[in-house]
Amino acid sequence: MDLVRNLFGSTIGKKLLMAATGVVLIGFVTGHLAGNLQVFEDPDRINGYSHFLQSLGPALWAVRIFLLLCVAVHIWAGTVLALEDRKARGGEPYAVKRWIQATVSSRYMRSTGFVVLAFILYHLAQFTVGVAQPGTFKENLPHYTMKGDYRVLGFAVVRSGTDVLDVRSMVILGFRKRAVALFYIVAVGLLSVHLLHGADSLFQTLGWRSSRWERGLNLVVTAFCAAYFLGNLAIPGAALLGILH
Amino acid sequence: MAQLESRIPSGPLADKWRRHKADMRLVNPSNKRKYEVIVVGAGLAGASASASLSEMGYAVSCFVFHDSPRRAHSIAAQGGINAAKNYQNDGDSVYRLFYDTVKGGDYRSREANVYRLAEVSAGIIDQCVAQGVPFAREYGGLLANRSFGGAQVSRTFYARGQTGQQLLLGAYSALSRAIGCGGVRLHTMSEMLDLVVVGGHAKGIVVRNLVTGAVTRHAADAVVLATGGYGNAFNLSTYARGSNATAIWRAYKRGACFANPCFTQIHPTCIPVTGDYQSKLTLMSESLRNDGRIWVPKNPGDRLRPPASIPEAERDYYLERIYPSFGNLCPRDVASRAAKRVCDEGRGVGESGLGVYLDFSDAIGRLGEAGVRERYGNLFDIYHEITNEDAYKVPMRIFPAAHYTMGGLWVDYNLMSNLPGLFVLGEANFSDHGANRLGASALMQGLADGYFVVPYTIGDYLATQRPGSRPPADGPEFTQAAEAVAAVTKRLLSVRGREPVSHFHKRLGQILWQHCGMARNRAGLEKALQEIPALREEFWANGLVPGTGDSLNQSLERAVRVADFLELGELMCRDALAREESCGCHFREEHQYPDGECRRDDENFSHVAAWEYAGEGAAPVRNVEPLAYETVKMSVRNYK
Amino acid sequence: MTTKTFNVTLRVWRQEGPGREGRFVEYAARGVNPDMSFLEMLDVLNDELAARGEDPIAFSHDCREGICGTCSLVINGKPHGPNRGVASCQTYMRSFKDGDRIVVEPFRARPFPVIKDLVTDRSAFDAIQQAGGFITARTGSAPEANAAPVAKEVAELAMDAAQCIGCGACVAACKNSSAMLFVAAKVAHLGLLPQGQPERDRRVLAMVSTMDGLGFGGCTNQYECSAVCPKLISHDFIARMNRDYAKAVFRSALKPVAAGGGGA
Ligand SMILES: Cc1cc2nc3c(=O)[nH]c(=O)nc-3n(C[C@H](O)[C@H](O)[C@H](O)COP(=O)(O)OP(=O)(O)OC[C@H]3O[C@@H](n4cnc5c(N)ncnc54)[C@H](O)[C@@H]3O)c2cc1C
Ligand code: HEM
Ligand code: HEM
Ligand code: SF4
Ligand code: F3S
Ligand code: FES
Repeated sequence: MDLVRNLFGSTIGKKLLMAATGVVLIGFVTGHLAGNLQVFEDPDRINGYSHFLQSLGPALWAVRIFLLLCVAVHIWAGTVLALEDRKARGGEPYAVKRWIQATVSSRYMRSTGFVVLAFILYHLAQFTVGVAQPGTFKENLPHYTMKGDYRVLGFAVVRSGTDVLDVRSMVILGFRKRAVALFYIVAVGLLSVHLLHGADSLFQTLGWRSSRWERGLNLVVTAFCAAYFLGNLAIPGAALLGILH
Repeated sequence: MAQLESRIPSGPLADKWRRHKADMRLVNPSNKRKYEVIVVGAGLAGASASASLSEMGYAVSCFVFHDSPRRAHSIAAQGGINAAKNYQNDGDSVYRLFYDTVKGGDYRSREANVYRLAEVSAGIIDQCVAQGVPFAREYGGLLANRSFGGAQVSRTFYARGQTGQQLLLGAYSALSRAIGCGGVRLHTMSEMLDLVVVGGHAKGIVVRNLVTGAVTRHAADAVVLATGGYGNAFNLSTYARGSNATAIWRAYKRGACFANPCFTQIHPTCIPVTGDYQSKLTLMSESLRNDGRIWVPKNPGDRLRPPASIPEAERDYYLERIYPSFGNLCPRDVASRAAKRVCDEGRGVGESGLGVYLDFSDAIGRLGEAGVRERYGNLFDIYHEITNEDAYKVPMRIFPAAHYTMGGLWVDYNLMSNLPGLFVLGEANFSDHGANRLGASALMQGLADGYFVVPYTIGDYLATQRPGSRPPADGPEFTQAAEAVAAVTKRLLSVRGREPVSHFHKRLGQILWQHCGMARNRAGLEKALQEIPALREEFWANGLVPGTGDSLNQSLERAVRVADFLELGELMCRDALAREESCGCHFREEHQYPDGECRRDDENFSHVAAWEYAGEGAAPVRNVEPLAYETVKMSVRNYK
Repeated sequence: MTTKTFNVTLRVWRQEGPGREGRFVEYAARGVNPDMSFLEMLDVLNDELAARGEDPIAFSHDCREGICGTCSLVINGKPHGPNRGVASCQTYMRSFKDGDRIVVEPFRARPFPVIKDLVTDRSAFDAIQQAGGFITARTGSAPEANAAPVAKEVAELAMDAAQCIGCGACVAACKNSSAMLFVAAKVAHLGLLPQGQPERDRRVLAMVSTMDGLGFGGCTNQYECSAVCPKLISHDFIARMNRDYAKAVFRSALKPVAAGGGGA
């Protein structure tokens, strides 16, 4: 069918897929960060939040599968394009290569992307499956009893007294390991760099970008990436410095 | 003696073309694809012809020496294209465009051809707009116009300073479409080096592939040459480096008559020469004369004096002074000679003293810098690139340069040469501009020929040729031509002399510029007729063409072209010498009025001189086609 | 106007023919006049080489005024040389100084194979044009030119895009050898005008698939192309083409199949 052939076959089609999946992924990581920042509040919050997510059951799986699909498509397209692009360059490299206005982040999308991939895998192993640090994995920690209700839009989704997994301790204990914390910091740093180009680039790819407001877009994207980085830095950072306990 | 039948249809001027179209023989649609038509060239004329002919159903093969049809030198045309649309409601009409063109040509062109040109001009604009040519527009969304030299109405359509580019890309897109759907077979990097004549008819060409050096033969039922002008004979010119006369010159040597070779136009507004390394001269579009004022200092001492410091009283706006009614917009030949005159008086400006000022300070005062930038921005940029001067601040320095050739292969009303089956379009023919071309009318002519004339007239010839009667490409005439081509290449490569080809080209250019340029006289021309053959001999004895003939060899390409210029240059001088009058761009110092204007001799020279090749070493024959003026009354051109 | 001459050293890519091994060769260019164009400097050098019995350097050029798109040199790693908004032929020696070492390379991209030295084959661009870079308007079938007014702003924008000289510097500068700027310029030029609407979807689909088929890379939005473009064609046109393409893809998928069976 034309639609599929064009989207998955053509260079622009693949870029459109990357942009679309990119948007979803940005949405996820942003939301995820917001959720994670609850670690700084009363243990009720993040533990309740996590319990609530787990309790969604099939819905959660739907989301997981969707996200997985996005990452897969995103990586697939990125990789295929990367190979095509290298092929297009041809054998003989330039003796002198000048970059004129391409941003640094745009030149390392592949590498930053793959580090992020590695990170995600480790991350899942650590906090979702629990093979990375079994010792401090939520399942193996003493359960936590909710002191109050956890509310979403006013509805108490996790009632007071419920006994839930202690995600908060898992995270904090996990980050007590300097290496782990540092790896996180580097990874989210690179992800932010990835987004520095990505979040701008997607507007061009989707055809919504114009030099009229290029400057503005740059500012917003840079601010977003900075904020995103700091937010993500805060958690392992605080854990390392013992602010979180 | 060649037969020169102009085939001008009978009847009143305004009806000739309509009638002729009705009278011409037609080719049955189902037969059209059985006819092979070779088109050499894909400039405005060649591309428009190829596209139109294939749309009609003919099997077209298009050959260009460029690596892409889009590179043809039409791309460089800046100023605009004329058309009698009268959008400005300033009283323009087909007749007025016709009249201006005939007068501009100093009454040395064919009335019927020129009238047809004016007649189809409006259709050209329609065609181009339909193709998506982004002509300049007014805020209301309708097409804008500017005025151009030699006219008192505003009838010139333009696309910034890149009109030729946009028109060519329009024709190129039509050609591309035809190629895409198989209607045209395109051969790039393929230089035509000979015309094949079978039984007196043009039936094919011999081509050298510039990349592989392979020499191939191609047979056709008709051959169309649209290979552009030969102004590069002057070496320094506004032409592209590759522009050449080879195709038409080889056709000439196969029996096609060469008309008015001495009618070459020197454009008044070009950037002056800076050094002997110089490879080309850059045109500053004539449209600049709309808003720029041309002047030189009154006293010769001020050559290098900063123009700003020269008060109005000490400036001589000589065009406005001598030609009050046309002023800076007088025709090119007039403007160029005036510039030459003031420079000869020692009032020229710049290092060399060969330059005059083109001043925009008034325009900037009137329109503001932004206004001027919007109209001419890219021209000012080009000027800055080359001279490193900012024309918004200091006046441009300009000087005349070889720019266009009115002369070319002789053609009849059908644009067919005296060799049946050989059609010649665009700048390569001599048809419409007489002794001087008005600005913005070459683009018009190229497209008129290609879109609206040859598609009809070629049928009139092909209808006389049985489908499939085309001779095979391995016939004796083809073999002979191919061998001749190979021989020339071999000979050029075997000289291995000491002097690079570029030097010979330079020297030929100097001879022609000096003796057959803006002003000519018997003594000078006779001198040139001594020097050129001598130079030619030296070329064949001492020319240095490195490399081989079996791969890309740009030195060889140049050598082939220069070899032909060395012969053509001689014919130009012969023609200039034979034409004992002054008309348009052909200014014989012996024939002028006291005020230095051209003195025509309508008694003896109201005709086309069509030179016929008489063989190696023999003097060519000067045939004559009388020009009858039935509608326009010949008068002394007056732009005062 | 200065006339003080100077000397530079050139490192030029020499390659005898298509697919042959190439290498850099060093040449001394002496007595360079600052008012010379870069190509004129090469002309002079070539005459010297010829006189010395060496093979002159092959390089593409024709109009020498920045409009035909033939010239195509990568000078010190930058297609068309150091200056913004000009072609190689509009690069003047005053942009260099005495003692400079100047590296001269051909445009490099798989779809632009080297023919000889600095000359490359860019016929791939013609193939893309033939696939759809046109408005079908048979000769003689055109309506009156002023029948369809076009807003000045639109005409000007179309002209901005239409200025492309087809030189291929965008491809040479792009690390992916992407032809997006070239194609986008043509798609925008024709797509902006009312005359271009009927074939709009068909055009962008055909040109893009041909572009891909010829082996040009994809666009990673790095804007090197617009930076070296001699006509400074904006990469905004690339965004525009991406949008056009997306629309065309979905429209053509949703379009009801005509009885005649006409797909985009
Ligand atoms: C700088 C400049 C500015 C100009 N400005 C204007 C203007 O503003 N208005 C105007 O009306 N006119 C202008 N002119 C004149 C006008 O541009 C030309 O007269 C016109 O474009 C010629 O078009 P053409 O199709 O006849 O030839 P060209 O456009 O020169 O095309 C020649 C074609 O023939 C091919 N060719 C040539 N020889 C061979 C061969 N031996 N074998 C194979 N192929 C061959 C070439 O590849 C090319 O495709 C200008 C000219 C110049 C030089
Ligand atoms: C310091 C930063 C981060 C922290 C503290 C963090 C914390 C967590 C925790 C605790 C979980 C398990 C949730 C649960 O079990 O309920 C989780 C899951 C997850 N995280 Fe993170 N995360 C961080 C950064 C990231 C980043 C940058 C990404 C993506 C690039 C990411 C992707 C995921 C994914 C995909 C899951 C699985 C969600 C699921 O269970 O379906 N995380 N994260
Ligand atoms: C996991 C491995 C990843 C790889 C290999 C990868 C690779 C790439 C590549 C090569 C691009 C193309 C850059 C361009 O063409 O401009 C890209 C774009 C992008 N990536 Fe990733 N990426 C990965 C993960 C992510 C993640 C986790 C996110 C979001 C959190 C993300 C968001 C984006 C965005 C928004 C774009 C812009 C798309 C566009 O250019 O239109 N990527 N990625
Ligand atoms: S877009 Fe610019 S760089 Fe690319 S081909 Fe056109 S003119 Fe050359
Ligand atoms: S440089 Fe290449 S990546 Fe895209 S924006 Fe230009 S084509
Ligand atoms: S030679 Fe024509 S653009 Fe440079």
